[in-house]
Amino acid sequence: MINVSNLIKKFGDFTAVDNISFNVDKGEIFAFLGPNGAGKSTTIKMLTTLLDPTSGKIEINGHSPQINKHEVRNSFGIVFQDPSLDDELTAYENMHFHAVLYKVPNTGLKERIKQLMEFVELWDKKDVLVKNFSGGMKRRLEIARSFLHHPKIIFLDEPTLGLDPQTRNHMWGYIQDLNKKEQTTVFFTTHYMEEADRVADRIAIIDQGRIVARGTADELKTQTGTQSLEDAFLQLTGHAIREEEASGADRMRGAFMRRGGRN
Amino acid sequence: MTTIYIMWLRQVKRYLRSKSRIIGSLGQPILYLFALGYGLGQVFARAGQGNYIEFLAPGIIGMSVLFTSMFNGVEMIWDRQFGFLKETLVAPVSRFNIMLGRVLGGATVATLQGLIVFVLSFAAGFRLQMHNPVLYFFLAIVFMFLIALLFTALGTAIASMLTDFQGFQLIMSFVIMPTYFLSGAIFPLVGLPKLMSFITRIDPLTYGVDGLRGALTASNHFALSLDFSILVILSLIILSAGSYLFSKIQI
Repeated sequence: MINVSNLIKKFGDFTAVDNISFNVDKGEIFAFLGPNGAGKSTTIKMLTTLLDPTSGKIEINGHSPQINKHEVRNSFGIVFQDPSLDDELTAYENMHFHAVLYKVPNTGLKERIKQLMEFVELWDKKDVLVKNFSGGMKRRLEIARSFLHHPKIIFLDEPTLGLDPQTRNHMWGYIQDLNKKEQTTVFFTTHYMEEADRVADRIAIIDQGRIVARGTADELKTQTGTQSLEDAFLQLTGHAIREEEASGADRMRGAFMRRGGRN
Repeated sequence: MTTIYIMWLRQVKRYLRSKSRIIGSLGQPILYLFALGYGLGQVFARAGQGNYIEFLAPGIIGMSVLFTSMFNGVEMIWDRQFGFLKETLVAPVSRFNIMLGRVLGGATVATLQGLIVFVLSFAAGFRLQMHNPVLYFFLAIVFMFLIALLFTALGTAIASMLTDFQGFQLIMSFVIMPTYFLSGAIFPLVGLPKLMSFITRIDPLTYGVDGLRGALTASNHFALSLDFSILVILSLIILSAGSYLFSKIQI
């Protein structure tokens, strides 16, 4: 479903993704793990047509993200690290907006939206403006939205970041159910190792742009002679803390805090 | 087509829902209408230029349209930072349609804002001087929309090149304010020093305000056909440049 070979992305002199290759099969749940700045998000951006690679080959559902952008975009749904909902629209309007953009046929659309929103337990909040939603509710809505157009693949970039264990558990429940029900391939990143251990069929660990290990959680533990995936991860990637450049959003949040908040 | 429509609808819905923003952005034009209108009215009349409010109101309408449309365009930085832009950029639709829908939505909103100021200007003593009210009112809306289109496209084009709001103050100081003050919105274009006269002529808003003045009070400086053509041509140029910049956005 996802085939990547010899993928390289350079920003100036800096090599963010350094010659990685991997493949993800249909219906598989695949975890892509690594410390901050390892190249996870850059890889996801290249897989999802947002960024062009320096070199290498990518196939998403048989299409190249550089050449057949629209086919690729039709093939996947994505939940980004930061929410990508429109705060001034209601939950239902956000879903409907997505359906129009993805040209989901009108017949049965209402039922589809209802079914997905009931699934993430937000149907009773369908007419609430998203700006009144908590972080967890936004994530749930985004998950429902990412499945709306029946994608073959779902990309989840740290989907459970900042959520409490209850919400995280529920979220993985939804995702695993949908993965079974709709045979959707799932590609996700996370910093919570026990999550990857529990839900991922296979795992790849990336560090400084290179894939340093891959296999099932058990294989990685055996390979490193450790008891938990977290220990295996630390052994493979080292204990040093990684610095990451502030994103634009981080800088803006800082600027607004200095000014005393938005509006 | 549906992409353009849904992007347009989104902009309009956002506008209609932000009541505080609608009211807030009326403060400035009201202040200008009353403070300048009454403050300078006497001087203007004594200089033999006639009724200042009548002269000023189309300029202030133009200003509101300019401000609203530039803000609407530049607001895209917000979408970019807080994610919503990504949702549209990974969708299987052409980026040109996304941008066009957004610009048309922003332009519609700015035109509505201009219409509100138009109505408010009557409270400040503005009266129409039109031979054929229906036709000329329609013409005024056309000019408001053209100003709106041009500057929403410009704002969007600028926003496509920026990743955060740090540059916003620069845009305010070096694009929006000069465009307003050097457009003849608040002073007549006759008898200006050579340099000033030249600057007003390269300011696109000059032709927008002049068009509004022609439509509302039959006191245009240039030919209305010239105002119209310049606005249309500039809008098309900026829209093309903007769609190019928008298509190059990488997140």
